[in-house]
Amino acid sequence: MIEIENVRKSFGPLEVLKGINLTVAKGEVLTVIGGSGSGKSTLLTCINGLEAIDSGRILVDGVEVHAKSTDLNKLRQKIGIVFQQWNAFPHLTVLENVMLAQVKVLRRSKAEAEAEAVKQLTHVGLADKIKVYPSKLSGGQQQRMAIARALAMSPDYMLFDEVTSALDPQLVGEVLDTLRMLASEGMTMICVTHEMKFAREVSDRVAFFHKGVMAEIAPPEQLFGAPKDPELQKFLSATH
Amino acid sequence: MFNYTFRWNQALNSLPQMLEGALVTMEIAILSMVIGISIAILLTLFRLSRNPLLVGIAATWVEIARNTPALFQIYMVHFGLAGFGIHLSPYLSLLIGIAFNNAGYLTENFRGALKAIPDTQTRAARSLGMTPLQAFRNVIMPQMLRISFLPMTNQMVWAILMTSLGAVVAMNTDLYGVTSELNARTFRTFELFAIAAVIFYLITKVITLSARLLAARLFRY
Repeated sequence: MIEIENVRKSFGPLEVLKGINLTVAKGEVLTVIGGSGSGKSTLLTCINGLEAIDSGRILVDGVEVHAKSTDLNKLRQKIGIVFQQWNAFPHLTVLENVMLAQVKVLRRSKAEAEAEAVKQLTHVGLADKIKVYPSKLSGGQQQRMAIARALAMSPDYMLFDEVTSALDPQLVGEVLDTLRMLASEGMTMICVTHEMKFAREVSDRVAFFHKGVMAEIAPPEQLFGAPKDPELQKFLSATH
Repeated sequence: MFNYTFRWNQALNSLPQMLEGALVTMEIAILSMVIGISIAILLTLFRLSRNPLLVGIAATWVEIARNTPALFQIYMVHFGLAGFGIHLSPYLSLLIGIAFNNAGYLTENFRGALKAIPDTQTRAARSLGMTPLQAFRNVIMPQMLRISFLPMTNQMVWAILMTSLGAVVAMNTDLYGVTSELNARTFRTFELFAIAAVIFYLITKVITLSARLLAARLFRY
């Protein structure tokens, strides 16, 4: 379970998270929508401790992320994150990309790591690409590789930060299909996205962020069907 | 006015000794590169550490190595340290001096290379649970070395040529030293130094060519 309690975060004079309260249960799929600068991506990087917070706290399975005593490297093994920029390691083959952290962080044997990598790459539909370098892959394929790389760490939670935003339109579908598949398998996920149709289909709940505040959170039928927050109403009419 | 008679045969008879000297030159250059690269990686980590003391050490090293003559650096290792009771052989002084110079230049090359690697690479590595050192070692450093490969080759060539500065510490077993001693005995100045120049040239050509071949093998991505 991920518990976010009254989290505040500023970049200089700009407060990007203004007291967020949110709980994500095991197996839940939460999507976060909102305009740019609404704080939704920052929230994700706070959850895995890549960003510090100013006040409040975030608990992942009862462990406080930003406590001094917390071993972040260990915690991050539980929380996979995939970014808008897929960040393939260019000097490693697709297979090696997915094996690296397994060997170095989880101390799996090469054979074990390779088996897991092949499994995850097959899962995301890249079984025929394992020997090539990322530069030979399309953006969509690189993004699916990044997803496989995160999944290979056997995380309990997956965070997706606008994973389709940097892709050519025709490549968005293959990545969203991969996310749908994960959702249907019961992975606990928080997806920050601009894909409204996707949010409507896969989410258990959808949260709308506006200027650092979580303005509304509800199951998708309710949030999209009968939005209460005026900003959300504006946002939805602009994106439809 | 022009009464110098070329005696190539006499000079060429010394070729075996000169080739032995060339081996010493290559040995010093290679060792100085291995040491230089290792130190440069360490200094790069110092720079990234944000610890003022470590950053200061790295900055000082780079400044001195790049802004004073290599000859002066080698001289200081030999005669400067002797002032503190540390007496090093000409061989060691030359090796340390060149390695010191290499490390300074390479650290600066590495800095340029790091700028070409997006920060998001580190972020991706860290978010997979890697420690900062693991991220550097496995993700950043290989890319940094690749980007710096050509500058490193240049530095290697420079290291070969710098061995001739061993003259200042009475080094007499490297290519320059051997040639110089032969010259003192035979006065076949032009012939001997022309042959030495050709050997220097051939060594550096072999280095640049093999570096190119190596790069094609190493960097297939």
